[in-house]
Amino acid sequence: MFVELNNLLNTTPDRAEQGKLTLLCDAKTDGSFLVHHFLSFYLKANCKVCFVALIQSFSHYSIVGQKLGVSLTMARERGQLVFLEGLKSAVDVVFQAQKEPHPLQFLREANAGNLKPLFEFVREALKPVDSGEARWTYPVLLVDDLSVLLSLGMGAVAVLDFIHYCRATVCWELKASILYLMQGNMVVLVHDSGDAEDEENDILLNGLSHQSHLILRAEGLATGFCRDVHGQLRILWRRPSQPAVHRDQSFTYQYKIQDKSVSFFAKGMSPAVL
Amino acid sequence: MLDSLLALGGLVLLRDSVEWEGRSLLKALVKKSALCGEQVHILGCEVSEEEFREGFDSDINNRLVYHDFFRDPLNWSKTEEAFPGGPLGALRAMCKRTDPVPVTIALDSLSWLLLRLPCTTLCQVLHAVSHQDSCPGDSSSVGKVSVLGLLHEELHGPGPVGALSSLAQTEVTLGGTMGQASAHILCRRPRQRPTDQTQWFSILPDFSLDLQEGPSVESQPYSDPHIPPVDPTTHLTFNLHLSKKEREARDSLILPFQFSSENTKSSLLRQQALLRPRPGQATSHIFYEPDAYDDLDQEDPDDDLDI
Repeated sequence: MFVELNNLLNTTPDRAEQGKLTLLCDAKTDGSFLVHHFLSFYLKANCKVCFVALIQSFSHYSIVGQKLGVSLTMARERGQLVFLEGLKSAVDVVFQAQKEPHPLQFLREANAGNLKPLFEFVREALKPVDSGEARWTYPVLLVDDLSVLLSLGMGAVAVLDFIHYCRATVCWELKASILYLMQGNMVVLVHDSGDAEDEENDILLNGLSHQSHLILRAEGLATGFCRDVHGQLRILWRRPSQPAVHRDQSFTYQYKIQDKSVSFFAKGMSPAVL
Repeated sequence: MLDSLLALGGLVLLRDSVEWEGRSLLKALVKKSALCGEQVHILGCEVSEEEFREGFDSDINNRLVYHDFFRDPLNWSKTEEAFPGGPLGALRAMCKRTDPVPVTIALDSLSWLLLRLPCTTLCQVLHAVSHQDSCPGDSSSVGKVSVLGLLHEELHGPGPVGALSSLAQTEVTLGGTMGQASAHILCRRPRQRPTDQTQWFSILPDFSLDLQEGPSVESQPYSDPHIPPVDPTTHLTFNLHLSKKEREARDSLILPFQFSSENTKSSLLRQQALLRPRPGQATSHIFYEPDAYDDLDQEDPDDDLDI
């Protein structure tokens, strides 16, 4: 987790807000550093994490996680992390006969309408285990990323339905359980196609924006690639519980990604140019 | 005008965007309706019941009839708890009321319904619900019906939005500037011209509406008319005007190729000097070696000029 980003978001692993949906989106740059941040953040906060990783392999996240101070292998072994490796399981769906529905069952079916098997997987993964003591603080669902589901043939409304059900379950239903006293969080990544006229992606992005509590938008610089400033991050807080909270809660920072951390600075204040 | 939106009845569209969200205004209008003694039904599809009721005191909460379509709208849990027919069925059931109490139906959100239901079906049901009080030939007086629909503008194309807009009696588009929210209200009364108005407002923590004048004056970008315009001709590094002596010198200057009509000696001498330079004066020579195909004409081409 990046300490500077925690400071910007005014949060730490032991006092993070619950019941929130965080939307990560990137435009003209790679926003995956935000996914690594939240993965290590919630593992350090001792949460039960279900990670639906459709883009990269487990070893990729594990290597980056080690740089950030978490061991994904150990988290998986002790049951804190449930990892769905999309790249490997997709092959299993197509080439092996499955008895029960596979989370990525939609890849097999010609006109699969919904992502219900994937939702069932998530619900099963984050269901409180009746082990007698509360080991984990609250459940967290992380998805990297949702735009690839559109490329795999799902409609935008089907993906929105999946997120809707996940929100209903992770953010609200599980708090009824005595083991999870607090509501869960969700973090999802969607790519912004920008100039490309992708209506389905726009519906997905806007639909999720309306449901999110926090939107982190990583954008490439308008002037192009720079060695010292890798992009800018827009932070937008939405849906405060009290409507009187100042609405204009949007901040923009520029950042530079280093080997083990990301440094943030105000626009134009990069140490390289001062 | 913002506080009398529901007085007209019919469909009221609340169009919001990611930057300026409309659920607070929806809740403020719902609270107003409940305090007026109207029956209030909420079709909750986008947020959970707890989240919608948050911020209302128990008096308001007891008056709200909440239809929960958030928990399991598509019946994935197969428990058959959901209202048969889904949100559309619930809306259709509201078409069949007979009591004279005015009712407000809040749709949270209309966008959720529009993404999952065909636009024509939704428009037909909305028309039937919002126009029940104006059915001719109905002996019993049915109370006024107001339908508040929250619509997220970016999610839909111009077609569905236009269809809903033509059904609506009132359209409120949310926007704002510099942290101050505004509502642009377009009102269509029957047999009258549509009126529009912009109202600045804010929602207080208890979801009551606070109407305001607008953003503060000193933050406007226009300049103060009392400041005199700056004269750009002061503090220049060059001269824009001529003094009297300079003007006289300029007027008495004789241009080199302008010959006056009088044949004074000085002007004749000047002509000769310019047009026929004497050999002693020439400081440069031109050596010309004609080529084989050159056609040299010894005539002076200026001979026919009468100078």
